Amino acid sequence: MKIHPHITQRLAVIAMWTLTASTLGVLLFIIAYILGHGLPYVTWSFLTESPKSMGREGGILPMIVGTIWVAGLAVALAAPIGVATAVYLTEYTREGRLTAVIRFGADCLAGIPSIIFGLFGFVFFAIYLGMGLSVISGALTLALMVLPTIIRTSEEAIRAVPHAYREVSYGLGSTRWQMVTQVVLKSAMPGIGTGIVLSIGRSISETAAVMLTAGSALGFPHSVLDSSRTMALHFYILSREGLSMTNAYATASVLILAILVINLAAYWLMRRFIAKVA
Amino acid sequence: MLLMLTALSAISGLALITGFIFKEGLPIIAKVGLGDFIGSSDWYPSEGRFGILPMIAGSLEVTAGAMVIGVLFGLGCAVLLVDFVPPRAVSIIKPSIELLAGIPSVVYGFMGVVILVPFIRDYLGGPGLSVLAASIVLGIMVLPTVTSISVDALQAVPRAYREGSIALGATEWQTTHMVVLKAARSGIVAAVILGMGRAVGETMAVIMVAGNTIAVPHSILAPVRTLTSNIALEMGYASGDHRQALFATGVTLFVIIMILNTVALTVSRRRGRRAQGQ
Repeated sequence: MKIHPHITQRLAVIAMWTLTASTLGVLLFIIAYILGHGLPYVTWSFLTESPKSMGREGGILPMIVGTIWVAGLAVALAAPIGVATAVYLTEYTREGRLTAVIRFGADCLAGIPSIIFGLFGFVFFAIYLGMGLSVISGALTLALMVLPTIIRTSEEAIRAVPHAYREVSYGLGSTRWQMVTQVVLKSAMPGIGTGIVLSIGRSISETAAVMLTAGSALGFPHSVLDSSRTMALHFYILSREGLSMTNAYATASVLILAILVINLAAYWLMRRFIAKVA
Repeated sequence: MLLMLTALSAISGLALITGFIFKEGLPIIAKVGLGDFIGSSDWYPSEGRFGILPMIAGSLEVTAGAMVIGVLFGLGCAVLLVDFVPPRAVSIIKPSIELLAGIPSVVYGFMGVVILVPFIRDYLGGPGLSVLAASIVLGIMVLPTVTSISVDALQAVPRAYREGSIALGATEWQTTHMVVLKAARSGIVAAVILGMGRAVGETMAVIMVAGNTIAVPHSILAPVRTLTSNIALEMGYASGDHRQALFATGVTLFVIIMILNTVALTVSRRRGRRAQGQ
């Protein structure tokens, strides 16, 4: 028996909509479930107090501070290097063996699992360079991890800047450096920003790599050489060791809210960039 | 010059990671013997017996399960996004799937523990913490990777192919599965392989839902330990040979990932060359 192509078509469309709708359903369910169980416990004191008795009670202020330190430092280190790499790849060299090697390096780095980054950061930064389990070990490890994302998005953003901009800049007598910094980077900024913002999100979410490099101390980090527990790791420890479900849900809610804000910011920057170069 | 040096950061990072992971892991593989290390099921660190066969089997099973879900849903979303919905719907669905990629892996693991694991235990039997639970959680986690790379591949298929097919009287679905999917095949293969890399490398979510028993699982309802979980679970207290064996587990994981990455890169590069040739 032969089924009419139009019926197959209809069935296929229904099937694809079902798959997509259930995917979006999962997303909504996760967000609603976590926020529904956790938001009521996200009080002012939860955000501004230190944890008591291993996190069973009290708040998460040291973890918020630790997360900002580790993620902020990681992106602050990776962003200039990543953007400089993208500038070099797009404006200062021709495609050849060197660019192929650089791209291969970035592509491979992007595929390496976070636990391997964790092992490396542990043996290299913490032990070999003697930084110990600390904010700086964690930040350097995460910086390597987000570097490929920043290179890739910056490169795409820079390439999307119309060629005419560059020609006009040269025509006005600027040097290549002036052209790059004042024309190309300026126009590409929102696009580069998208990559940077997404990297902040990835750094905040990361758990395996920071567990092995930044440690899990409960107190405030007083310097970059102090160990510090990030929110994601705190959430993992709270739920895994069954210390406090309410605090686990509340910590997860803060994490989810941060990720939502970050993704919205990235989305907004991307739209601005598209509006700017198109 | 300075720019060129920064541009080499990614590749030097990759070299450092490779160097240090192998330096820490290879001695114990040499001591135990490669055959015994990857071919034996006896993992008794205190007695100096290190066989990671169950973890290799575990990683493979969990990844295979994840790919069934990730590819089915991921590809369904991608095809729908590219050819079957108006731009307005794309502007909602696409950022949502990107948001799915931004949710921390610990949150996925947690949702697995509170929703999926009890469900499996109550309705399908077994301990709940299982290959099945890990596969489902990982499947959802790799879906955004599969979708976004497949979308790029599908969009790269020239419009003329679609128009030609429609003009010959094919329905939209016939066009999709006979023309577009075929033309985008190598890009989709790359998407699947990169998704596999993510599934093999994921750590925290798997630890939380897989049960972590060291035995080759004989049923999808049996608990399982993966290569990544083995490292993350024992790294906290390991020392001496035991720690080296965990690095050697990392070496095994690293080799698997590098093979997957190289295959994915080669496949997508071939696609690039073919597209240029046309």
